[in-house]
Amino acid sequence: MLREFRGRVWTFGDDVSTDHIIAGKYLGTTDAKVFAAHAFEAVDPTWSSKVQPGDVIVAGDNFGCGSSREQAPVALKTLGISGILANSFARIFFRNAINLGFPVLECPGLRAKVQPGDVIEVDMARGEVRIPHGQVMRFTALPPNVLEILEAGGLVAKIRSDLSTKRP
Amino acid sequence: MPPLTMSEKILAKASGNESVRPGQIVDGSVDLLYMHEMLAMALIPFGEIGTAKVWDPTKIVVTLDHWVPPPTPEIAKMHQTIRDFCRRQGIQRFHDVGDHGIVHQLIAERGYAHPWDLVIGSDSHTNMVGALGAFAAGIGATDTAAVMATGRLWLRVPETIRVDVRGTLGRCTGAKDVILKVIGTTGDDGARYAAVEFAGPTVGALPMNERFVLCNMTTEMGAKVGMIAADETTKRYLAHNGIPFRPISSDDGATFAKSFAFDVDGMGPQVACPSNPANLKPVEEVQGTKIDVAFLGSCTNARIEDLRIAAELLKGEKVAPGVRFQITPASQIIYRQALEEGLIEIFMDAGATFTSSTCGPCFGGHLGTLAGDEVCISSTNRNYPGRMGSPQAQVYLASPWTVTASAIHGEITDPRKV
Repeated sequence: MLREFRGRVWTFGDDVSTDHIIAGKYLGTTDAKVFAAHAFEAVDPTWSSKVQPGDVIVAGDNFGCGSSREQAPVALKTLGISGILANSFARIFFRNAINLGFPVLECPGLRAKVQPGDVIEVDMARGEVRIPHGQVMRFTALPPNVLEILEAGGLVAKIRSDLSTKRP
Repeated sequence: MPPLTMSEKILAKASGNESVRPGQIVDGSVDLLYMHEMLAMALIPFGEIGTAKVWDPTKIVVTLDHWVPPPTPEIAKMHQTIRDFCRRQGIQRFHDVGDHGIVHQLIAERGYAHPWDLVIGSDSHTNMVGALGAFAAGIGATDTAAVMATGRLWLRVPETIRVDVRGTLGRCTGAKDVILKVIGTTGDDGARYAAVEFAGPTVGALPMNERFVLCNMTTEMGAKVGMIAADETTKRYLAHNGIPFRPISSDDGATFAKSFAFDVDGMGPQVACPSNPANLKPVEEVQGTKIDVAFLGSCTNARIEDLRIAAELLKGEKVAPGVRFQITPASQIIYRQALEEGLIEIFMDAGATFTSSTCGPCFGGHLGTLAGDEVCISSTNRNYPGRMGSPQAQVYLASPWTVTASAIHGEITDPRKV
């Protein structure tokens, strides 16, 4: 994952559920392209064709609530979203994203400070977000064990590396 | 040693620590990992991790529940992949189509989870199993793969929120109305990352099927786990599996991050309105709303006791013209009970549809999904846009009493008036 990234903002409100992100009817496959093609269809049927690689999602409270379906962060990561910054995250979505090496950061109050289309810069390790007009907002950085998984590129890479150091 | 809550005790045991405190990150040894079709997604990262074998096939349970029977060739193939994997890995407790159930119900009724267990399930409603005094948390596909490979999972020790319930539940009012009231009060993220512990005389008096309803929908509060002390009621429920019973409860003086008290004396039926489980109204405020569909199903409210409620109300009645009332039991075992007790005949005489056990309609997958202009009252757990089909469909969540009474009248109905 990129420790630092810069991207165009898409905004969402509170309580965005995994049902919003990818509907149950599309889960009968393991093909990530299917999940990506139908991402956020319940909100805007054309969203997946408008989003560009590198874009950033900024949302309100409780992002990713509901089902444990990992297809939700898989869909957004596959579209090339560089990260999600929300006032708060639902716990399973948060874990799933980190496990995929997909940056997520709790940024309480950020949603109110940005508009759709703004370009922001994020430093994950420091927990800093530079919003338009040069203002820098500071948030609690990820805990060390979580940052470690993210920096390894996800949980699979982390476990592979742990297992290989155990087996000399 | 400081006094601990139930969830802290179990995480201390699972991580080999004498004590743990909220916020601490622990590495837990998993007693039970259970999965449904998410196993197919988990096989991708499991293959990438590269351990050929699962850590312990005797600690894994798998069933098929989301798409039973498979509605497409692709899903039939997915089931084959899961079936082959379980055979190759020596996972004996694989419950195939025909022997299936919605996984949380299957885990409970087969006696696979016990007090003090660290239980990890590949589904958000794993919280339900905490009603047995286990620490039962849901995870996604990559975490599932990690547990399959290593038998371990990192967990942040959650703060505990205590929910005390007192008072006597009135006629046609049950645990579903209580938990909807709790969620309506705390919001759908009121217990984010926390353990929710239910206590108080009303909870102590509830039978297991109702305790499962409370813990099941702590997921809709954002909770990591929902728990109830394991007592004599729990012991009786688990008696059939022959495993020595060890009670668990929070210590006197344990620390609770928050406490809520609910007095349910005089409380009537509750309804969560579109499109958030916390959008609560008492039934009186929404009665008369026309419905197209009524659904009694899911891990939340489709146990035999729920089906008996439906049968009691439906006996000698008819489902309203133009309304489809679907009843989907939570497991094959419940299906057989309904058959033996003559409930299915009552459902059919009334004009309801009775199906094989599956999660299908609850998550908008198959076997009964909603059109855009349809209004549904459902005994399930979530009503976010698109949850049960079209994003435009309107879903109201309620108890088996309210769902059945509404099916008979074709509009949201106070079951106390039927």
